Amino acid sequence: MAELETQQGGLAVPDGWTYAPAPESTDIVRIAERYGHYVGGEWLEASEIYETIAPRDESPLATIGQATKADVENAVAAARNAYADGWSSLPGSERAKYLFRIARILQERAREFAVLESLNGGKPIKESRDVDVPLAAAHFFYYAGWADKLEYAFPNRRPRPVGVAGQIIPWNFPLLMLAWKVAPALACGNTVVLKPAETTPLTALLFCDVLRQAELPPGVVNIVTGDGRTGAALVESEGVDKIAFTGSTEVGKAIQRQLAGSGKKLTLELGGKAANIVFDDCALDQAVEGIVNGIYFNQGHVCCAGSRLFVQESIYEPLVEKLKRRLTTLRVGDPLDKNTDVGAINSAMQLEKIKELVASGEEEGAEIYQPPCVLPEKGYWFAPTVFTNVAQSYRIAQEEIFGPVLSVLTFRTPDEAVEKANNTPYGLSAGVWTEKGSRILWMAQRLRAGVVWANTYNRFDPTSPFGGYKESGFGREGGRHGLEPYLRFDD
Amino acid sequence: MAQAPALPVGFELPLEARLPRIGAVDAVALEARAGELAKRSIKKDAKVWALLLAIRTTDLTTLEGADTPGKAAAVASKARRPDPSDPSVPSCAAVCVYPNLIPAVRERLGDSGVKVAAVATGFPSGQYPTAIKVADVRSAVELGADEIDMVIDRGAFLSGRYAKVYDEIVQVKEACGAAHLKVILETGELGTYDNVRRATLLAIAAGADFVKTSTGKISPAATLPVALCMLEAVRDVYEETGRRVGFKAAGGVRAAKQAIQNLVLVHETLGPEWLTPDLYRLGASSLLNDILMQLRKERTGAYQSGDYFTLD
Repeated sequence: MAELETQQGGLAVPDGWTYAPAPESTDIVRIAERYGHYVGGEWLEASEIYETIAPRDESPLATIGQATKADVENAVAAARNAYADGWSSLPGSERAKYLFRIARILQERAREFAVLESLNGGKPIKESRDVDVPLAAAHFFYYAGWADKLEYAFPNRRPRPVGVAGQIIPWNFPLLMLAWKVAPALACGNTVVLKPAETTPLTALLFCDVLRQAELPPGVVNIVTGDGRTGAALVESEGVDKIAFTGSTEVGKAIQRQLAGSGKKLTLELGGKAANIVFDDCALDQAVEGIVNGIYFNQGHVCCAGSRLFVQESIYEPLVEKLKRRLTTLRVGDPLDKNTDVGAINSAMQLEKIKELVASGEEEGAEIYQPPCVLPEKGYWFAPTVFTNVAQSYRIAQEEIFGPVLSVLTFRTPDEAVEKANNTPYGLSAGVWTEKGSRILWMAQRLRAGVVWANTYNRFDPTSPFGGYKESGFGREGGRHGLEPYLRFDD
Repeated sequence: MAQAPALPVGFELPLEARLPRIGAVDAVALEARAGELAKRSIKKDAKVWALLLAIRTTDLTTLEGADTPGKAAAVASKARRPDPSDPSVPSCAAVCVYPNLIPAVRERLGDSGVKVAAVATGFPSGQYPTAIKVADVRSAVELGADEIDMVIDRGAFLSGRYAKVYDEIVQVKEACGAAHLKVILETGELGTYDNVRRATLLAIAAGADFVKTSTGKISPAATLPVALCMLEAVRDVYEETGRRVGFKAAGGVRAAKQAIQNLVLVHETLGPEWLTPDLYRLGASSLLNDILMQLRKERTGAYQSGDYFTLD
């Protein structure tokens, strides 16, 4: 690095300007040594247990219950009782009060939840603080507003609750996915049994304390923890009227097969392999920011991640140059450091999957680029990665990697962009980068994706329905549309 | 008036994608990126380093109708030795004044190494005939200015007369002689980030040594998104041509925290080699005392009363 001239006491910084560590303290959150299951407003001892860890250094955080079939049925029964006992017949305006209370308490305890989310999940504190927790609270506020307006949401259709909703959520946005599921379910008068992901139970368990503070009637929300077996038990349970699942396409298909003919309602929010399409008339530096956000936000553990970058060939070189340069300013490190941009990979299993697919990319002939970065020794880490010279048929262009790995392909014309973008079994999201308004609208009409972002990416709002086409699932979460899966209609 | 080319250099149609494109700027994304960079947490050693750098790159400024030789000399003293109680605090990069005050400032600065910068070209409005503006520059140089901060003709720019804007900068650069030229865009009047980018590239094409955000006389001035926009244009020029053009943020930077945010912008957009008075300046007046206060706090652990920091 160039030596900086000194004048009367100026400092020379040999390696450029290193920002000092800026750790967010974990003192604010108290993690119990051992958790059971939260059923009927009580904590029940877990007979089978496992450990949850912090992916940044593999340190153990707490002992968690592995819910058995009996535990699950117990929870479903509690939800059933709470439903019949009054929750379903409570006026919407009363249900709304509980939801508003929950939203407020989440906001008041925001820092606690943000720290815990980053600790247990691995995502940077600035993301859990600025995105996950505020959005989670926002969902509760938003659906609180609908609770007493269902007749207006669906005029002349006489909306009524479904009953008991079984909800299975993933590990990439643990608290936020909980909010996406619980808020509309409760607003519509249903009761809930929710299973957080195996590796990220802690914010859901802390959420039970919010329920206690909000004095939510016992059994309205029940939380059972465990791995896929617990999820399967929940899906199978006779007492559940509706299943909402967010997770992999593979498991989603299994659930759908299982529920066929059962009469249970189902919504699935599954994987994606989104095309992020950059035209040569884009705002170039901002497009690079959008690409980076699209795939490196939350380490790429995002179902709607922009994992396939389609660059118009006429602008390929300058864009890829800028992109690679931008990667060198990404800070990979301790999720609890406020300056960290890219955190830890959630689990050893996910890290293996990422490594396997990246190896396949190299083997199939794509060119790999990773900025130099020092990865910590302990914990699960993967450097932000870009593959160029990618063919549509490579596994890295077909399969969802769910990691900080971008595949770059090119196109010549808008028609070709649409064709290639849609050429996937997935259909969750897409991005379009162009300064030309008419092209944005043209592309949005033709892209087979539930969400199309124009000159932006990864923007979420409780008012905006989110969900996929094709093998990315069906049903929408957010907005008025998000109420539908939780209602029965007379028609 | 010199013969302006039909299209200024840099506005030619790019035959290859690699030439610096005039291009567009997405406001939402730009502001979001600037917001993200503003969140960087700079503490302890890194903060002290940044505060000292901010001082070393400050152009301490007084630009008032009421400026007198006495006032200008006082500012010059402050720039030379910002904290008399702490000799390890470096001098500022320059003192920035109206042309009439150049002699007073020169005398007070002596051979300290602090530069004399003067505004010229009918600052701040620039609404004068070109010949008058160029004469203004020549006289400022004769009076002893090391650096000239000129204003572009926003009236011409906003009415699409880019060649006129370009031509004026070329003439001013010529009149500067050995003095280095900063071109003030007055971004607050340009209306859009697209215009800010175009004006930046235009000024660089015409020969600017530095591009500068504002006169400091109107708001908005040097916001973080505007600075980011200009730095990205500076980066594009550097990447394409190897030419390094400096950047000066002026106007509205009053708190040390903002100064540090501005430095983070440069650091993460251009790189640490650009964090030097040769390539970066902060035009400010009251900022300096806030920086000194923060510095004192980092070093002693406590905030001192404002009375301990001189008002010059």
